[in-house]
Amino acid sequence: MSWLLAAPIIIPFATAVLAFLFRNGPEGRWISIIGSAGLLIASGILMAEVLAEGVVAAQMGQWGAPFGITLVADLLSAVMVVITGITGLAVAIYALADIEERLEKLGYHALFQVLLAGVCGAFLTGDLFNLYVWFEVMLIASFGLLVLGGRRDQLDGGIKYVTLNLVSTILFLSGIGLLYGMTGTLNMADLHGAVQEVENQGLLVVVAVMFMIAFGVKAAVFPLFFWLPASYHTPSVAVSAIFAGLLTKVGVYALIRMFTLVFTTDIAFTHTILLWVAGFTMVTGVLGAAAMNDFRRILSFHIVSQIGYMILGLALYTPLAIVGAVFYLVHHIIVKANLFLVAGVARRIAGSTDLSAIGGLYKTAPWLAFLFLIPAFSLAGFPPLSGFWAKYVLVKAAIDAEAYVIAGTALVVGLLTIYSMTKIWGAAFWKPHPGGLQPKLSSLAPRDRAALLVPIASLAALTCIIGLFPEPFVQFAERAADQLLDPSAYVAAVLGADEVGLTGLAALEVTE
Amino acid sequence: MELLIAIMVGVLVAASVYLMLARNVLRFLFGLILISNAANLLIFVSGRLTAEAPPLIPEGADAPLELVANALPQALVLTAIVIGFGLFAFALMLVYRGYQSLGTLMSDEMRLAEPKEDGQ
Repeated sequence: MSWLLAAPIIIPFATAVLAFLFRNGPEGRWISIIGSAGLLIASGILMAEVLAEGVVAAQMGQWGAPFGITLVADLLSAVMVVITGITGLAVAIYALADIEERLEKLGYHALFQVLLAGVCGAFLTGDLFNLYVWFEVMLIASFGLLVLGGRRDQLDGGIKYVTLNLVSTILFLSGIGLLYGMTGTLNMADLHGAVQEVENQGLLVVVAVMFMIAFGVKAAVFPLFFWLPASYHTPSVAVSAIFAGLLTKVGVYALIRMFTLVFTTDIAFTHTILLWVAGFTMVTGVLGAAAMNDFRRILSFHIVSQIGYMILGLALYTPLAIVGAVFYLVHHIIVKANLFLVAGVARRIAGSTDLSAIGGLYKTAPWLAFLFLIPAFSLAGFPPLSGFWAKYVLVKAAIDAEAYVIAGTALVVGLLTIYSMTKIWGAAFWKPHPGGLQPKLSSLAPRDRAALLVPIASLAALTCIIGLFPEPFVQFAERAADQLLDPSAYVAAVLGADEVGLTGLAALEVTE
Repeated sequence: MELLIAIMVGVLVAASVYLMLARNVLRFLFGLILISNAANLLIFVSGRLTAEAPPLIPEGADAPLELVANALPQALVLTAIVIGFGLFAFALMLVYRGYQSLGTLMSDEMRLAEPKEDGQ
């Protein structure tokens, strides 16, 4: 049981060590692929276990909760780990053709695997301080990946990314300190009960807002998103894809976890803030994208805009809205990583990501155009692709909750998303290449072509499958949302059924 | 004692926010290092201070015999210090490399990744 939970963390770490040892040869990249495949398998097994058994928890080092570090997987954690495995494998394959040997020798594959380990750790931990540690693991790996190679614009973007993320880290740490001071525990399941007994509920809300800001920076919500469009378009394509897919979503996951499990004492206040944040995030992100003229920079701003939808689901805090948020989270990771991968291929064959410098892809590379169309339309919310159902559920939830303004905002933002997608379509695919170049997929070496297109096609296929057969996925999201809104199963799995309701200090007295 | 440290945390945070508002990235980093120390002290003080009672278990016993200081915040702070040390070493190195290749420490002038629209 405990190996099941630890495997998605141990496998990438072990792979990282091996990949680092073999960084000078071609073995490194294959080790990375095998490790990512292993992660996907491990996450699949974990998912099967969670589906069959309900919430799975394990105490590391046999220290009983709430004292030791708990790893715990409910449906949300499990699906996030699975999706990490899928994106990780896709990007690891893509990296075969995308990452230069120079970067491999600097340890690209090792950093990439450490990043995956950090992300999985953050999804699986049941301890707040441990979550901080996983955030740091993830952060330091992402720092390395972002500036790997040391081009000038990378350093420029990197400085902003690093400094702003460090600020959020410190806020997170202070929040942990204050919360511990008030409740005497850091185990998330234990906190669920402990926060009810805090005398000064006002102070608790202050701490909740500290967490909101700290995770908000990681999730890139308005007005804390500025580091994202400043840096995400600078590193290698494979790096931007994995960042775009996973990193901000860890922030969203942490927000969902904390604001359904722990900070639910004053929903009227905290979740109203989140609602405003969601609205502004959607609008500023999509307007920022409209102003950009670069493939990857448009996509970066769209990450911000899409984060707004997920926060919207959390902020409404109705069962249907949480279903929407979970569904959106899963759909978005696949689609967004895929769009960045397509942008990378466009750059490879057309020479740039600047929309004014490329063109003609539709005529000479129709398959790439087709593969772009699927995630792009899914992002914008066209039926029958995955994004349609995600947006449909969220808008329906908003209308049911009589939040008509935010429902309208979500729809208008969807429309504006189409605007920027058609902008990319028109500039990169329809208009003739300004340099007279004929960008062809056949200009790539066959091996590179396969490595670049297989992940894109697989992710696009996944988008179509979710879109065409949404029923099981929505049902899954419903079950996940049930677990989130009624955390008693989660708490019981972590603390053991008898101890439910005991808070940290009280439990200490009992054991003494 | 707790009040004193709480005030110290406040002063440290105020000073570091002042530093972090500077346009110079190096000053910003100094502010960040200072505020991370403030955060560490905050964890320390929020675990309640018990003076002159080290959390040691006497030989032969399974638990401390009398009231001892809370060891958990100390463990947390230690972890945070180690992580912070690594992060700041990286950040300082990054800023140094940035200064070498961008030729500036002023955040306003770092516009390479996000060039101005008029093509500068």
